[in-house]
Amino acid sequence: MKKLDGGKWNKYLTVGLIMTGLALALGILGFFWTPYSTTAMSAAEKFAAPSLRHLFGTDNFGRDIFSRVMQGLSTTIVIGCLVVAFSASAGILLGALTGYFGGLVDEIVMRITDAVNGFPSILLALVLISILGNGRQNVILALGIVFIPSYVRIVRSEFIRLRDADYICRARLMGVSRMRILFIHILPNIFSVFWVSVMIGFNNAILAESGMSYLGIGVQPPDASLGKMLSDAQGYLQNAPWYALAPGLTIVWVVLGFSLFSEGIRRLEG
Amino acid sequence: MKKKLFSLLLTALLTMAVLGGCGSDGTGESSGNNSSKGTSAVEPAGEPVYGGSVVVGIQQDIDSLDPHKALAAGTKEILFNIFEGLVKPDKNGDLMKAVASDYTVSEDGLVYTFTLREGVKFHNGSAVTAEDVKYSLERASGLLDGTPLISSLKVLTSVDIIDEKTVQVTVGSANTELIYSFVAAIIPAGSGEDESGTPIGTGPFSFVSYTPQEGIVVKKNSDYWQQGLPYLDEVNFKIITSTDTALLELQGGSIDIYPYLTDSQANELKSSFQILSAPSAVVQALYLNNADPLLSDVRIRQAICYALDKDEVNDFLAGGNATIISTAMLPTLQTYYVDLNDTYGTGANIEKAKELMADAGYPDGFDLEITVPSNYEYHVQTAEVVVEQLKKAGINAVINPVEWNTWLEDCYNGRKYQSTISGLTSDATPGYMMNRFQTDSKKNFINFTNAEYDQVYDQAAAAMDPEEKAGYYKQLQQILCDEAGSAFIQVPAITIAVNPKLGGYTFYPVYVQDMSTVYFVE
Repeated sequence: MKKLDGGKWNKYLTVGLIMTGLALALGILGFFWTPYSTTAMSAAEKFAAPSLRHLFGTDNFGRDIFSRVMQGLSTTIVIGCLVVAFSASAGILLGALTGYFGGLVDEIVMRITDAVNGFPSILLALVLISILGNGRQNVILALGIVFIPSYVRIVRSEFIRLRDADYICRARLMGVSRMRILFIHILPNIFSVFWVSVMIGFNNAILAESGMSYLGIGVQPPDASLGKMLSDAQGYLQNAPWYALAPGLTIVWVVLGFSLFSEGIRRLEG
Repeated sequence: MKKKLFSLLLTALLTMAVLGGCGSDGTGESSGNNSSKGTSAVEPAGEPVYGGSVVVGIQQDIDSLDPHKALAAGTKEILFNIFEGLVKPDKNGDLMKAVASDYTVSEDGLVYTFTLREGVKFHNGSAVTAEDVKYSLERASGLLDGTPLISSLKVLTSVDIIDEKTVQVTVGSANTELIYSFVAAIIPAGSGEDESGTPIGTGPFSFVSYTPQEGIVVKKNSDYWQQGLPYLDEVNFKIITSTDTALLELQGGSIDIYPYLTDSQANELKSSFQILSAPSAVVQALYLNNADPLLSDVRIRQAICYALDKDEVNDFLAGGNATIISTAMLPTLQTYYVDLNDTYGTGANIEKAKELMADAGYPDGFDLEITVPSNYEYHVQTAEVVVEQLKKAGINAVINPVEWNTWLEDCYNGRKYQSTISGLTSDATPGYMMNRFQTDSKKNFINFTNAEYDQVYDQAAAAMDPEEKAGYYKQLQQILCDEAGSAFIQVPAITIAVNPKLGGYTFYPVYVQDMSTVYFVE
């Protein structure tokens, strides 16, 4: 899938696509199948170094790290997608309404988003988790809420830019309904900008989820999650470095791949 | 373009570094174990010198500075340095005389007469009087205001001052183990309300300051009655809730003593620290709430016992250094302990477990929720192993990690849980753990109900002859094990890192950190 960008080969897109594709494929596969059970323990094989039998080695319970990375990856991707879906749809709705109509509601919503933005996102998510309680659904909800403001701002500013555009004015004169103007006439035109922020948001969601699992909230044992694996592995850095490297490099891989991919897309369109 | 790619890569790596840098919840526990058992790579050599200050890493915050109100073992291990009772535990698990220089017990076991030691002073400078002793014992036993703060002392019926230096205590029923309860701290008369803010005792160290979440600082009590002790000028107990952080702090030199290492950490520190290891006083078990509708069926509880593979837990978590148990008694209390590991075996017996489950009407297994205090990584990891073992018998167990305070509130005090993996800390008396499983015991958080047990316990408490007493205790363990009160797993080993410049660290069979004998070597 080589794409040309002003006559030049778009390296970002190619590399990004390959990296993301590989991670996605592994994650989706991990959802249905893993080479070994992710919880099966084996005393005989604890801390086995990476080999053909165990690609990424085994952990302190003799569990296959590759299988656990696959499961962790699929969990992370699912959570990332749901978080983005939640926060982006809420962001579109709020951004569209406030941007197009303005007024008092706009002021109120914007001050709230300012307030939410004022906190570091992980910290705010931690507060929400302590209110909502542990667990996967609550992590999705908490991160979803935390990430709403970033979408609201982008969508709102695009709507402000377009609401007085000539073609919108004409549509209004022709008596097109407000809903139609909002979602049929304006929305498709902001997608190029919106798409990039979705990609960045996905990356942030993945990092935030890993961070929270690392802190022991979020995905709970015995289910695998990349962040939790990283924190478990900390005590064995010298004995079994592969235990920390496997989930760590996987996170880097996914985030880097996605960043390159979104950069590639941006160049393609810009 | 290259620059951009590079900066992206850098950002990703930095994010990783940040992710890896923030604190974790991971916490080990009093349990580690270690391959270098009993040996240490670095031995201190040289003469003890006086002075210096030491930082000791501890795992939990203090629950109360009031010695009669403190419940957590993690608090008591520190308060041991500030407070003393009439008697106090020594390093062999026996009692030594502390504030009392001598005591006698009447033949029927109902009257205790304590002679106070000359020259024992409180940290505020005033000498300990019979008045103070009377006040302390009455406060702890509930004679003062009706609420016993230390439940084992509630058998006290009166505390009388015979003369300036003699106090006579009368109890309602005889119990040869009661003397162990006189380790209850002696505090100045009338100071009860102030103890939680400015604790004053007679111990080798006096209280300086306490900062919640940070730690507690104590300084040398130069009037201490034991000549030559303590050596150190100051001890700082620093709260470090994560063993991972503690490891970094040990390596960085900001803490000198850390008592809760895990196996792998001990291995990493071997070259730069003295690593000491001994059996802990913790009874780790999958505690089962006997009042739960499912677990009230003895067959279900037995099935769980059969399904556990204790050898595997020991191997995974303790490197094989823990002691496997099937009752709640510490094997180190040799006179009273009876080895019942044959009852359910130390390995897994899935067939037997399934048989019992089918018998109880659950041939296809059942769901079980295991609540675990999440600050104890050791228990969380044990739970992970146990879940996997139970799965083989068709029991679908899920882990519910909760914070330590929630665990204390809901599981321990509220008894609202199905099952929990945790550790109970025993003291040096055999009755301490056995008392927990009496039907109406305040500490019976597993709701164990057995009339025979209660009856034998009363007999054991009343028995004056040590051999007879031991017999009763063995009977109690048998009942507890046969009835599968809980699925007892192991007594983990305890692994301690001590700065090689320090000497004199003393192990106690009970859970205390005695800093008075620790010294720097030249």
